[in-house]
Amino acid sequence: MSDELKYLSDRVVRGLMDRRAFMGRAAALGAGATLAGSMLSSAAFAAGPQKGGILKAGMVGGESTNSLDPATFASQVPFAFGHSWGDTLVETSPTGGVVNRLAEEISATADARVWTFKIRSGVTFHNGKTLTAADVVATLQRHSGEETKSGALGIMRGIETISQDGNNVVVALKNPNADLPYLMADYHLIIQPNGGMDAPDAGIGTGPYKVVVNEPGVRYVGERFADYWDAPNRGHADQIEIIVINDATARTAALQGGQVHIINRVEPKIVDLVKRVPGVTIQNVGGRGHYVFIMHCNTAPFDNNDLRLALKYAMDRGQMVDKILRGYGSIGNDMPINAAYPLFDEGIEQRTYDPDKAKFHFKKSGHDGPVLLRTSDVAFPGAVDASQLFQESCQKAGITLEIKREPGDGYWSEVWNKQPFCTSYWGGRPTQDQMYSTAYLSSADWNDTRFFNERFDKLLLEARAELDLAKRKELYSAMGTIVRDEGGLITPMFNDFIDAVSDKVGGYKVDPGAELMNGMALSKTWLA
Amino acid sequence: MKLIAQRLALGILLLLAVSVLIFVGTELLPGDVAQAILGQTATPEALANLRAELGLNDPSYVRYFDWLGGVLTGDLGTALSNGQNISEALGKRLSNTLFLAMWAAIISVPIAILLGLVAVQHRNGFIDKLISATTLTSISLPEFFIGYLLVYFIAVELQWFPSVSTVYDGMGFADRMSAIALPCATLTLVVLAHMMRMTRAAILNVMQSAYIETAELKGLSPFRIILRHAFPNAIAPIVNVVMLNLAFLVVGVVVVEVIFVYPGMGQYLVDHVSKRDIPVVQACGMIFAAVYISLNIVADIVAIIANPRLRHPK
Repeated sequence: MSDELKYLSDRVVRGLMDRRAFMGRAAALGAGATLAGSMLSSAAFAAGPQKGGILKAGMVGGESTNSLDPATFASQVPFAFGHSWGDTLVETSPTGGVVNRLAEEISATADARVWTFKIRSGVTFHNGKTLTAADVVATLQRHSGEETKSGALGIMRGIETISQDGNNVVVALKNPNADLPYLMADYHLIIQPNGGMDAPDAGIGTGPYKVVVNEPGVRYVGERFADYWDAPNRGHADQIEIIVINDATARTAALQGGQVHIINRVEPKIVDLVKRVPGVTIQNVGGRGHYVFIMHCNTAPFDNNDLRLALKYAMDRGQMVDKILRGYGSIGNDMPINAAYPLFDEGIEQRTYDPDKAKFHFKKSGHDGPVLLRTSDVAFPGAVDASQLFQESCQKAGITLEIKREPGDGYWSEVWNKQPFCTSYWGGRPTQDQMYSTAYLSSADWNDTRFFNERFDKLLLEARAELDLAKRKELYSAMGTIVRDEGGLITPMFNDFIDAVSDKVGGYKVDPGAELMNGMALSKTWLA
Repeated sequence: MKLIAQRLALGILLLLAVSVLIFVGTELLPGDVAQAILGQTATPEALANLRAELGLNDPSYVRYFDWLGGVLTGDLGTALSNGQNISEALGKRLSNTLFLAMWAAIISVPIAILLGLVAVQHRNGFIDKLISATTLTSISLPEFFIGYLLVYFIAVELQWFPSVSTVYDGMGFADRMSAIALPCATLTLVVLAHMMRMTRAAILNVMQSAYIETAELKGLSPFRIILRHAFPNAIAPIVNVVMLNLAFLVVGVVVVEVIFVYPGMGQYLVDHVSKRDIPVVQACGMIFAAVYISLNIVADIVAIIANPRLRHPK
C-alpha cells in the first residue's frame, strides 16, 4: 500500500496528478487523511524547492499601529514579515547553533570581549545599494544608545563601542560575553542601508522579498528580489502575502477554504479538529516560551521564601499541561529554562505537586488568610482557567487563593510588573544568558519577580565570560537551582508553538526558536 | 426652508459639543500617552522629550483649539504609534467601511421595505407571520453566530465565497464583490428585521385612517392603496429607522469586521484605543459622530419634505 502511496505522491509533486485526486486515491487505498497528508508533504520536500506561485500566510499578531521600523517590532506579524524583507548578521539554527548570514566569519579575542564580524560581500539592498560594514555599524548604533526606542536596547547595553575596520565590524563589550553572536540574531537587528538612520520604516533590507504592500493590521505583500544573495536557499515563491487574521476561527476557516497556506497559533483546544481537516498538517514544536505565575520577592507576603515554596509545591504541573495546553507543551520546573536551551542541565530535580510539603511551608511561613492572584485572559491563552485550576490545587494544600480578574486592556501596563502576584508569559530567548539577563539579574529591565540575589548575579557574569562549555553548563545549573528554590517564579508549563500548514507547502521544518520556522517559513518554504 | 436651515445649524452645534466630549473623554483615559508610546523601558528624559514634542505640557483648552483647528482644515494629525498620516490611513478604512455599508444598505433597505409592504397586505396571515418569524429569528441571533454559520456553510463547505474579506487597492470589482459577499449577507440579516417591522407598523398605523377607508370604498386594489396612499404618509418613521440602521452599518460593525477580517474603521479604532493613540481615537470619534448626526439630519429633512404641514408652516 505504502509503495503505491509513495508513487502517487511523487506524481502529485511532478504535477501529473492534482492534490484532490491524490487524496481521493489515498482514501481508496485506506490511508487516513493525516498519513496521506504527511506522505504528500514529505514527498514535496524530497523533490526540492519549487520556484513560483504566491505563498500566503494568515497570522494573528498584527495591529494597524504596526510600523516597518524593526526597532518597534513586538508582535508576530512584523516579526515574520521582517524576516522576509530583511536579514540579520546571524541566525539561530533549529538545533540551537549559530548560522552566519550577513556575517561571513565571526571571531573573538580569547577573553570573549572583542568580537569581529566579517561582512559578506556581494550583497545588495532592495534599493540597489551594496551592503558595507558601515551599514552594519550604523544599524547596531541605531539600536543602542540611550535615546533609542528599540526593542533590542536591552541586549545592546553590554556593548561599549562599535567600529568599522575595512570590511569588518568590531564590537567591543564592557564585559566578556561568549554569547554575543546569539544576541546578533535578535529579530530587531535587521541590517538596513545606513542603519535605517534616514528612513527607519522604509522596509528596505537585503532579504529575499521586496516590500510591495504595507497595510499595517491588514495585509503585507512581498515580491521576490531578483538580486537576492542567497537565492538557491530562500525566496522560492514569486510572491508572499501575509493576511492579518486575529480571530482564531476565521484563521482556521481561511486555511480550510484554501485562502491561505500557513497559519500560526492554532489553539490547543481545536488542534485535534484541525488534524482531521484533509490537506492540512499540524506542525508543533516545544519551544522556550512559557506561561508563568510571578511573585515579587520583595513584597509581603511573597518576601517570605516559605510562602513562595508553598505556592510552588501547590502547583499541579501535569494537570496544567493536560487541561490548559491539551498536551501541546511540557511541564516546567520553576525556572525559565528548559531542554530547548543550549547547555541545559537535565539533572536538576523536577518539582512535583505535593500538597503536604505545600502545607508544611505555608504553615512555616506564618502567613494567615488568603493569597491574592491577579489574572486576565491576555496573560496567556487560558490564564483564567489555569488560575482556577491552581486555586483548586491550592485548596487541597489548605491555601486559600483569591482570584481577581483584571481587564485585558491595560494589563501589561497596570498589573504585570506592578502587582505582587499575577499571571504572565515569556517568549523565551535564544540563550540562557539572555533569558536570565532580561528578567532575573538584579539590574534587569524586566525583573518582574523582583529577584535580587547577589550570588546569582555573580554566577551570571562568571558564566558569561566562561568559554569552557562544560564549566558554563555547571554554572547555569547552579543558577537554575537558585531561581527554582529561591525565586519568585512558578513555571507550570512550556507551551508548544502550533502552526497549521497546507500540504501544498513544501520544505516545512519546525524550529524551537519561534513559530513559523522561527519566522522564516515564508522565505524558506515553497509551493509544491 | 427655514426649518431645514435650523436643522443644519443644530447639527453643526451638536457636532461641536461632541468634539468637546470626545476631547474630554480621551483626556480622562487612564495611562500617560508618552508612557504608552515608549513602553516600560522608557527613561524619564525620553518621556519628557516626547511630552514636549507632543505638546502635552500645554493647558488642555489650548490643545483642544489646536486640534479643532486641524480637524476643520482636514488635518487630523499623525498617529502617535506608527507616524502614519491619519487622514490618509483613515480615508482608506473609511471608504472600505462605507463600501460595505453601502452594499449592505442597497440590498437590505429595498428588501426590508418590500417585505414590510407584503406583510401589511397579508397582515396577520401566514405570509406575514412567516416574514416576521424569519426576520426576527435572524435579528435575535448574535451577529458573530450568523457570521460563523455563513463561514462554515458557504465558505468552508461549499467554497462559494471566501471567508477572508480582505479588500485592497487595485482589486477588480468582481473580486471585491465576492470578497464582501459574506459580511454583506451577515449585515443584511442583522438589520433586516428592524426596518421591516417598522415599515409594517408605520403603514398599519396609517391604514386605520379614514382616507384609506375612502380609497377602499372607491374600489382601489389593496396593494395600490398601500403603495400610493399609505406609504407616502408613513415615510417619516420608516426613513428614521432606515437612517438608524445605516448609521449602525457604518459605526457598529466591529464584530463583523473581526470575523471576516474586513479592513474597516472598527478594527482600526480598537487597535489604536489599546495603544492609547489619542489623535486617531479622536479622529474616529469625530467621523462616527458626524455620520450619526448627518444621517439623522437627512432623516429629519426627508420627514419635513414628506409632510406638507411641515413643508408649508403657517
